[in-house]
Amino acid sequence: MPSLLQTEGGKKVTLGLDLQGGLHMLLGVKTEEATKSRIKSIAASIKHFAERNDILIDGLTFDETGIKFEVLDSDELTQFDDFFKEIEGSVISKVGTVISLSLTEKEIIRTKKEAVSQAIETIRNRLDQFGLSEPVVAKQGEEKILVQLAGIKTQEEEQRARELISRAAKLELMAVDEDRNARVYNMSDADAAEYGDVILSDAKNSSIKYLVREIPILDGGMLTDASMGFDKNNRPLINFRLNAEGAEIFGDFTGRSVGKRLAVVLDGKVYSAPNINERIGGGSGQISGNYTVMEAKDLAIALRSGALLAPIYLMEKRSVGPSLGADSIKASLVALIGGFVLVIIFMLIYYRLAGVIANIALIANLFILLAVMSLFGATLTLPGMAGIVLTVGMAVDANVIINERIRELIYEGKSMHKAIEEGYANAMRAILDANITTLIASVVLYAYGTGAIKGFAITMSIGILASMLTAILGTHGIYQMLENRISKSKNNKLWFGIKG
Amino acid sequence: MEFFRYTRTFNFMGKSKFAMVISIILVLASYAILATKGLNYGVDFAGGTVVQVKYDTSAPINKMRDSLKGNPLFAGASISEFGSPDEVVIRMKTTTGSVTTDIGDETREALKGSGNFEIRRVDIVGPTVGAELKEKGIMSLLLAVLGILVYVAFRFEWRFAVASIVALIHDISIALGMVALFQIDVNLDVLAALLTILGYSLNDTIIVFDRIREGVTGNRLQDLESTINESVTRTLARTTLTSLTTFFVVFTLFMFGGEIIHAFAFTLLVGVVVGTYSSVFVASPILLWFGFDVKNYHNKLAEKAKRTAEKQKMRDQFDQGVV
Repeated sequence: MPSLLQTEGGKKVTLGLDLQGGLHMLLGVKTEEATKSRIKSIAASIKHFAERNDILIDGLTFDETGIKFEVLDSDELTQFDDFFKEIEGSVISKVGTVISLSLTEKEIIRTKKEAVSQAIETIRNRLDQFGLSEPVVAKQGEEKILVQLAGIKTQEEEQRARELISRAAKLELMAVDEDRNARVYNMSDADAAEYGDVILSDAKNSSIKYLVREIPILDGGMLTDASMGFDKNNRPLINFRLNAEGAEIFGDFTGRSVGKRLAVVLDGKVYSAPNINERIGGGSGQISGNYTVMEAKDLAIALRSGALLAPIYLMEKRSVGPSLGADSIKASLVALIGGFVLVIIFMLIYYRLAGVIANIALIANLFILLAVMSLFGATLTLPGMAGIVLTVGMAVDANVIINERIRELIYEGKSMHKAIEEGYANAMRAILDANITTLIASVVLYAYGTGAIKGFAITMSIGILASMLTAILGTHGIYQMLENRISKSKNNKLWFGIKG
Repeated sequence: MEFFRYTRTFNFMGKSKFAMVISIILVLASYAILATKGLNYGVDFAGGTVVQVKYDTSAPINKMRDSLKGNPLFAGASISEFGSPDEVVIRMKTTTGSVTTDIGDETREALKGSGNFEIRRVDIVGPTVGAELKEKGIMSLLLAVLGILVYVAFRFEWRFAVASIVALIHDISIALGMVALFQIDVNLDVLAALLTILGYSLNDTIIVFDRIREGVTGNRLQDLESTINESVTRTLARTTLTSLTTFFVVFTLFMFGGEIIHAFAFTLLVGVVVGTYSSVFVASPILLWFGFDVKNYHNKLAEKAKRTAEKQKMRDQFDQGVV
């Protein structure tokens, strides 16, 4: 039945990931990393500010909560005031000549929130360019991201998608510390930090190390475009372009540093460190590495959509292969048809023509169920299919209640008109009360259920509502239409399956 | 065709003591099973990893065990057949947090060389998500029960509501007992089945209660016990019929619906049987035992009717401009 609807034009019933195969992931965002990196960048700018204005500071340290440093000349203490004013959400406290800076609670929350929404935006951008149909990227709770990818066919494709999603894609252009780089192999990270440097390893060969200045010249935030290209040996590489500000900084730096090397750093690894031969204007550059065409393409996508402010990690994953989805569809269809045929035959034997009418209502029910689902673009999952199967068994209930009432009234010797009208009237209250309680359970399940289970709540709820509609309005109409014929025939066995 | 033609009233309430004994034994036995064997929480609630693997031929379970042995990542992994000899699931308590290489990929690597296989399903539920789902699951059960309680109390009377809740607890307890007895993995689908049982069992109960309400309002002189007996007897055909059609579909779901919804169908199957029984033999007797006061109910109804009539009178007067 779902396959039948898939071929029609217009809105369709979407199959859930468990039926068509796909990847469902709940990702967590390490938001504390975002705060940490924000504090780190403030520390970097304090240092930069002090150097530019020739203020002597000492003991600049930072941790997750804040920054501390000492101003050597107490006359220069006030010089920082204007500078601090520009840092949003900072709290400054001075004890003697020691200044400490921390972020307000509000600012920390804002930074964390921004990291999450930025991650969602970035992942969405990346997936949009990946070429899958309608990827779902949505926020869940405070710090979780839901990613749903339908129609993933192979393991390789899934792997690619996951790498694309989780890649930090943090591009930095950094200056190699040429004065000390020769000694890099004898240095520890702490030694490097003393000079304001960091040790980074080569992307291709991790035994090659570089000593670079910790504060980058510029980062990926000034990137406007990245695309895949080929070098003269026809190997794939990535071309990138900087915005005007980035191009200026880049131009100035290269002009100042002719003869030195520039490290192209991606996610903490040095991809290349070419010599600067002349001032480079125009603001474009290249990243070369041992890429395959596919890798280069994905990397360009990641760079274009920007870096992740905070790393993400896997909290929940459900991946279903397409073959399993197909098997599930087959199995649940067999159950649906089997149950349907059993119920139809049973109703026919038990109620005769009244059974036929109940069966018409049942079939109408299924059509209404599918129509409503496609109207609202609801997703059909495997539990949803189970809900439809269950609906088949429970939807006849309303008509059973009505038929039993009519039978009773016929036995009491009421006229056919009275039996039908009173039968419906008497059954009405029971049908309403009984179905509303079932509906309450389904609605709760919808509100609290997750993923595929929601699909069950949807089909159950629609099925219940549809069965009330078809029984109360639909079959009542049929009986009213046939009333005269039933009275005339006086054949209660044929019409209601009873003697007399 | 007719199963039960109403010719005489069966004395259900006379048998209710006997039924109660059976119910109490069943419920206590269920709690005993729950206490000793316990519920077998699946990954959804306990957290962990499930990997479903399908081989070209019969799955080499021993070989697979050897391949997974030794790696702490797969500590406590259990491998069992899933529906057919070709297909197995590996259940692990461990999870990983990396997006690019997760425990599913590790399993694929570890199983390399054990034959020609395809990994068809990987479910990883981290511990925080598992705890969250568990909390949500319990909340949903409580909320559903509360919502139903309020609705029934509003539509009927509080004693009806309490009686139906006792019947629900009875059904859920026995269903959980069976789930524990057969060591079925309790995942979200089993929770959905339990919520469906709530709705379904109540559906049956309410049909009977509706008849009792009708009997009470219609016949002032009959005592409650006879009214209940008559109502249960009169609804017996409907109860049987609907239970049968529901049983048919749940049974086909259980037989042919595939391994993945087996646990769901099983729980429902138990629920349909127990729910039908409880609406006849548990909910109605409790109503009787709670001493539902027919006279008082009549007085209340009369009061209500009087108030409506007065309101109507005032409205009429207002319409005619008398006031």
